[in-house]
Amino acid sequence: MRRKTKKMSQKVLSIVFCVCIYAFLFLPIVVIVINSFNATTSKPYLSWKGFSFMWYVKLLKNSVLLDSFANTMIIAACSTVVSTIIGTLGAVGMYKYTFRGKGIIDALLYIPVVIPEIVLGISMLTLFANIHIPRGMLTLILAHVTFCIPFVIFNIRARLAEYDLSIEEASMDLGANRSRTFFEITLPVLAPGIAGGALLAFTLSIDDVIISYFVNGQTKTYPLKVMESIKSGVSPDVNALSALILVGTILAVFVTQSNLFRNKGKKIPEVKKHEKK
Amino acid sequence: MQMMEKRSAVHEWKSNGLPALVTVVPVGLWMVLFIAVPLIYVVVLSFCSIDQHYNVVFSFTLENYRRLLNINYVRIYGQSILIAFLSTALCLLAGYPFSWLIARTKSRWKNLLYMLVIIPFWTNSLIRIYGWRTFLGVNGPFNNALTALGLVSAPLDLLFHRSTTVLGMAYCLFPFMVLPLYTAIEKLDISLLEASNDLGAHAYQTFFEIVLPLTASGIFSGCIMVFIPTLGYFYVADILGGGNADVIGNLIERQFQSGNNWPLGAALSIILILITLLLVKLYQRAGGDMKNLGV
Repeated sequence: MRRKTKKMSQKVLSIVFCVCIYAFLFLPIVVIVINSFNATTSKPYLSWKGFSFMWYVKLLKNSVLLDSFANTMIIAACSTVVSTIIGTLGAVGMYKYTFRGKGIIDALLYIPVVIPEIVLGISMLTLFANIHIPRGMLTLILAHVTFCIPFVIFNIRARLAEYDLSIEEASMDLGANRSRTFFEITLPVLAPGIAGGALLAFTLSIDDVIISYFVNGQTKTYPLKVMESIKSGVSPDVNALSALILVGTILAVFVTQSNLFRNKGKKIPEVKKHEKK
Repeated sequence: MQMMEKRSAVHEWKSNGLPALVTVVPVGLWMVLFIAVPLIYVVVLSFCSIDQHYNVVFSFTLENYRRLLNINYVRIYGQSILIAFLSTALCLLAGYPFSWLIARTKSRWKNLLYMLVIIPFWTNSLIRIYGWRTFLGVNGPFNNALTALGLVSAPLDLLFHRSTTVLGMAYCLFPFMVLPLYTAIEKLDISLLEASNDLGAHAYQTFFEIVLPLTASGIFSGCIMVFIPTLGYFYVADILGGGNADVIGNLIERQFQSGNNWPLGAALSIILILITLLLVKLYQRAGGDMKNLGV
């Protein structure tokens, strides 16, 4: 009996602990979403003055803020496409072929993963300044592609680890040429890894603050605009757009990942069946 | 015979050369051009000086490195490492039991519980840090609640401390600690714990002699993934520390913005590069796999 109560209290304690951690993780998101409905009109826009959509209406008229959001989306879309193409080709090439300098490319791929972002940011800034590329949309995209490529490659690499090269040989034995084999066999097999990599690249690009901070010139992305407004005093339409972005991202994750929950759930009975045999 | 070998080599090159080039050259060129070249240039820059118009002058000097020893800078390195250490410790102390619980749960919501850790990390970190600033501000919800409950008479001054910065850093990097821990703990064979228990070991003995060594790889990669970025997260220190909790990243940022002394900024970033190299080498020496770093 005592043992049972001890176990019970342990369980309660661990649930309380986990709830606290989740509360900690979601707290700032909830704060921003709630505050975006705050009807307050006086600085610092913090005390609660009732529920209203006024800041969402104001947001529609704030073209500077909306432009920065458009910049963010354009940059994310471009860098996702470019980094996914380069990354997919690279991951396949590095998996299939051995060549001189492979170790160097591999080492270079790990640099953006481990090094503090600020080092990448300033190093690309000095490069762009040195070869006189004007800072703006182009340098932002180049920089974002650079830090996205490794993550795309690592995602596809994980998929390649389970990939059987012999199906490519079979395809070519049956008369398909190399490019047809690539587009009809290799790509579809790798598709989940490529999609995962692209999704990761997209979110990394939208999230990026530090590297964009150094290479942006006058083209502000949304995070940079938020950073600027934090320094000069935030107006609550920033809250409104932030809330939309936060909720939008969370919904997108749920929609794209919901099959992931289901897949994993289905796997369990399969394994059991196998064991019974 | 030799002829045959030669022919097959040529054949090999012909059949593999073009596809290998098409697949590998873009990524190779890109990484060399945008990672290797800029980093080498930063090293070169750290030995340069500037003229009175803040233009970079290419003449060899150790002046920037001498300036790194300035006592005000050294104080910030110390503070930066302290903040990194405390954030890492906070992430580990909260993250280990938490990862244990979600990795070992038999609940059918396990995947959801796991996803809930990652979801905030998919949303913009700057916005979330700004959310913390809103929450902890003098007129923010936390202070309002405390005042309304009569727990404090005047709003607490919670922002712009070193501890606020530690909280923000730990918050941003928490998933990087949980993911490797989760993987390591999930792989742990539960029968080992049962065996240890059956053989009469105390719970703490089992933990320190079985569990901890077997999950050490997860701990190590989690700690590295938290420790290194905190040294550079200047915007967290800016927004939550308000100048009272600068990290090395703030020093670098200043030299590339208002300070306009790029060679000095480059020398400061060399410190970060060296710390990263040192920690990664230690990690590899301890048997860590590079694959476990990152997301």
